[in-house]
Amino acid sequence: MELVCPAGTPATLRAAVQAGADAVYCGFRDETNARNFPGLNFSRNELAEGVRFAHDHGSKVLVAINTFARVDDVDTWKKAADMAAESGADAIIAADFAVLDHVARNHKQIRLHLSVQAAAATPEAIGFYAAQFGIRRVVLPRVLSLQEIAALNRAIDVETEAFVFGGLCVMIEGRCYLSSYATGKSPNLNGVCSPPEMVSYDEEPSGTTARLSGFTIDRYERGQPVGYPTLCKGKFKADGKTSHLFEDPVSLNAGGMISGLKAAGVTALKIEGRQRGKGYVSEVVRAFRKAVDAVEKGGDAVDIDRLLAGQSEGARQTAGAYEKKWR
Amino acid sequence: MSEIALTLGPVFFHWPPDRLLDFYRRIADEAPIERVHVGEVVCGKRMPFSDPAWPAIIERLERGGKQVVLSTLAAPATVRERRSVEDLCGEDRLVEINDVSGLPSRSGKPFVTGPFLNVYNEASAKFLIQLGAQTICPPVELSFAAIGVMSLKCPEAEFEIFAFGRLPLALSGRCYHARIHGLHKDSCQFTCEKDPDGLSVDTLDDQQFLAINGVQTLSNQVQAFCPTPAALAAKGIRRLRLSPQTCDMVEVARIYRRLADGKEEPKDARFALSCLDLPGILVDGYAHARPGWQATATA
Repeated sequence: MELVCPAGTPATLRAAVQAGADAVYCGFRDETNARNFPGLNFSRNELAEGVRFAHDHGSKVLVAINTFARVDDVDTWKKAADMAAESGADAIIAADFAVLDHVARNHKQIRLHLSVQAAAATPEAIGFYAAQFGIRRVVLPRVLSLQEIAALNRAIDVETEAFVFGGLCVMIEGRCYLSSYATGKSPNLNGVCSPPEMVSYDEEPSGTTARLSGFTIDRYERGQPVGYPTLCKGKFKADGKTSHLFEDPVSLNAGGMISGLKAAGVTALKIEGRQRGKGYVSEVVRAFRKAVDAVEKGGDAVDIDRLLAGQSEGARQTAGAYEKKWR
Repeated sequence: MSEIALTLGPVFFHWPPDRLLDFYRRIADEAPIERVHVGEVVCGKRMPFSDPAWPAIIERLERGGKQVVLSTLAAPATVRERRSVEDLCGEDRLVEINDVSGLPSRSGKPFVTGPFLNVYNEASAKFLIQLGAQTICPPVELSFAAIGVMSLKCPEAEFEIFAFGRLPLALSGRCYHARIHGLHKDSCQFTCEKDPDGLSVDTLDDQQFLAINGVQTLSNQVQAFCPTPAALAAKGIRRLRLSPQTCDMVEVARIYRRLADGKEEPKDARFALSCLDLPGILVDGYAHARPGWQATATA
């Protein structure tokens, strides 16, 4: 199985490659990719240099151009795809019909991967993208169980890539407008979810209140660790109950499921976190490298939880939808 | 026929068959609506309840002179759900595609793209038009201006704006109605039936915010985009979509009919809408390229 690792900056790219990434994924410094944060991402030259470095060390580079192209400005997304192809990258990860169509017609030499933002989760949908654009791999939504992934892999003839570590989207990616509803900025259009400039932490007598765009997302007592107010991980009131209605403030760790994912026919394992620093990426990639190598040799990956202790948000982890009881 | 057509979107909520029959009987007889979408789009588990009711509803609507569109599931997953999408796509009536899963079996035949299908730009719209898309209802987060640009650049299709109803904001693999009642999706006991407009979700400071409907998350607030017919015509937009809530939808349709015919000013239409028994306050932020919850015009 291929280990696909995040590279938010040239330095993280080198760190991920050195730590054992089979492939790194990155994006340009603009709205064409789904991690459009200040201080992150690559210029044209940085990408070309990153590709050279990765190839010299036996790793691949996948370029995410996975937001949906803006009306009247589709050329910006097409040009990003052209730059990725010219830089010698190994694949483009895209979701928009227009971007996929452009790459399929004009850059036949580069592999196309279907981004998780396209939310393709059935043999019919994946088959459609394969027939229309020749996609070679699909990144699976984080709402499928292991059983569903196994059934899917039996029914399709493109590779699948599954998230194993980092953020956990509980909504079907690419079809969630919660962030734009509250803040005006969305993953699909702007490449951001619950953007930091809309976040406020207000010190109140009872503790700290985290708000997003003025909506109270969570409240913490004094001394309690304060989390980031991602919308779907917030605490809300409904039906007379107060709860983390959509999802607890947990992050994904499917390190213990690597052999299950392998058995389900998954080709690539994806670590999330292009916004993370060099140290984090090195440590997580190194741990997963060991675990994947162990599984490939027929062993199990139980040890990974110990290797990764302390690396996930709020230190709470879940295997998410891979376990059917999650739903 | 008037220049601006009204579409009644599919019912998102788990309404029992009797309620569906009553609802569509009134729509067929009294609502000034040209096109009506029928079918379950949110949860395949509900289909055994509503499926037997659709033939009579469709017949009644067509006798009432309505064009019926068959809406397909937004996130088909099981073998049975996938088969239902495929079966509907084979029908002769117009079909609303809400997931790419439906495209292979519908390509070459006319279809509507619903708001769950990501059509964000003119190039993607043209790609779908070439496959058979006749009407395109873009995702709710797109602004009126953006939809207008697409519409003017793609005159070969009709563009439709989500004008009224709680906004469909997200879909999950997890059922939130089941979760809040301590159940799993596989044994959900259909508790979503208790909330025919969705269950309100408030913040810890009692701000009205969202609503849940099984695997779907909607806005708590009610979209009420009320453009003038001149504004719509300038952007070449020919349809307004009204999404069913439990309020008097015949009255909603009458208000929008007067608005679209230029017989009522937007502010009067908004005032009339605000007098109905709605599950939330009126908003129209998305249409104006602002956060969706904002109300740029007050009733």
